[in-house]
Amino acid sequence: MRAVADWFFRHPVLGAGFFILILPFITPYTALAVMILVYGLYALGFNIMYGHVGLLSFGHSALLGGGAYACGIALVHLGLPWGACILAGTLAGTLIAFVMGALAVRTRGIYFAMVTLALSQVAYFGFYQAEPWTGGENGLRGVNLRTLGIPGLSLDFTTPAVRYTVIGLLVWGAVALLARILASPFGAAMLAVRENEARAKACGFDVRLVRLQAMTLSGAFCGLAGALLALHLSIVPIETLHYTTSGVAVMMAILGGSNTFFGPFVGAAVFLFLESVVSTRTEHWPLVVGVVFVLFILLARQGIWGTLVARLR
Amino acid sequence: MSGPILSVEGLGMRFGGFRALHGVTASFPARMLTSVIGPNGAGKSTFFNLISGAFAPSEGRIAFEGRDITGTPQHRFAALGIAKSFQITNVFPALTALENVRIAAQALVSRHDVWRRRDELPGLAEEARSLLEEVGLTHRAGAPAGSLAHGEQRSLEIAMALASRPRLLLLDEPTAGMSPKETVVAMELIRRLARERTVILVEHKMKLVMGISDRLLVLHHGELLAEGAPEEIRAHPEVRRVYLGERA
Repeated sequence: MRAVADWFFRHPVLGAGFFILILPFITPYTALAVMILVYGLYALGFNIMYGHVGLLSFGHSALLGGGAYACGIALVHLGLPWGACILAGTLAGTLIAFVMGALAVRTRGIYFAMVTLALSQVAYFGFYQAEPWTGGENGLRGVNLRTLGIPGLSLDFTTPAVRYTVIGLLVWGAVALLARILASPFGAAMLAVRENEARAKACGFDVRLVRLQAMTLSGAFCGLAGALLALHLSIVPIETLHYTTSGVAVMMAILGGSNTFFGPFVGAAVFLFLESVVSTRTEHWPLVVGVVFVLFILLARQGIWGTLVARLR
Repeated sequence: MSGPILSVEGLGMRFGGFRALHGVTASFPARMLTSVIGPNGAGKSTFFNLISGAFAPSEGRIAFEGRDITGTPQHRFAALGIAKSFQITNVFPALTALENVRIAAQALVSRHDVWRRRDELPGLAEEARSLLEEVGLTHRAGAPAGSLAHGEQRSLEIAMALASRPRLLLLDEPTAGMSPKETVVAMELIRRLARERTVILVEHKMKLVMGISDRLLVLHHGELLAEGAPEEIRAHPEVRRVYLGERA
């Protein structure tokens, strides 16, 4: 058991690949597995700021939602090919994160949370008002991707297995890229800023620039997650931009363990699994998820994955 | 080497209506250990924060190696060749001692690169190891910095400051909170470091620096009271009155 765990921790990318491989077999239906992939990526992207730079953002809904809308608009209104739609979502997340970051990186702690929350509300109402493009209150409907054209191949995206495989591969690629970025010199710069701002500055790191770069990267991953969400749901509900979506990322990261690489992904899996199981029995499912969350805060601060890592190491 | 490495001219700092430092003009010769001393509230910490770039001065200019560096942001100082250690211990607590020094060394060569693997940057780990050896922390390399004893954390900070290969090393009360035994070791280390580079030390305890300093600067009520060799300072009547007098 210890040997297996050790291998898993030492090879996070292969471990994540294994997780993605078995996920559809341990979830009751494939759509849930896809949601776990998408929200897992979203939580990992959020955790770049929270776990690695040490800034709590309450505005990440704008990055997920912005990515989802950009992808949807590219498909519905512009009729771009699927690859370009996903790229549009990723770029939109990146751009929104850059603007939010440029305005928010001077602040920290509760002020950073408040500024990002306020900016995400601006995004919410902006997209809400732009009805001809976004569908306003009704959300953006008709994000229907039926066939995936890959050179020499045409895949039916409505088949659950195809959909899971395509999204799974993209998410796995993103996870591998993120693991690589965290192992880069910039990954160390983020840790330095998280651990001690004054010392990081004295060492020669431009703290604001490191935060802005991290926020922009975070936006790219969350924007990609948003694009995949839009393609999966075939609709972009306006709720994607709601501030509760930002809160969901916070809960997932903490539930899984924000101090580990893969924790947020595990948090997303547990969160969505609980939601799907409990919500079939009672409409008060957030209460149950909330109790589980509070129990973890009280009894296992490291989160599910963080506790496992600590125990098995 | 001749000529001052650092010089300040008419340096002053106001915090609202309070004038913490006023009209300080001084120069610091290269390859010497200069101590800045003064009683509590003399403006030592303000002076340190100005020459180390933590704040920009409200009046006056600072020149390093003949270049005006007034108002240069803090994070540029390491690249200029000026490193500092803080009065309050400032390390990266959750990271190992070795990683603390390695990051400090990395900051000089790579800060925003997301493509390379940081363990492939040549020479950094070796450099960090040899710096840990220099400050006597080899046996603690793998321990989280936050778990080190107070004296060890202060030594670690000096190793981190050295990692940017500074020509000017600024130390703010480096022995604050150390035991007498740790203080002796630290002073010996500082003396050794000063052989190869310029060191400016800000210290409250005059006795401690008398023996090791080449030159002393005495601040009092935010102004420069005296400067000179230790024996001159010891004999200076004004210094005796405001500083030594309170102890006699």
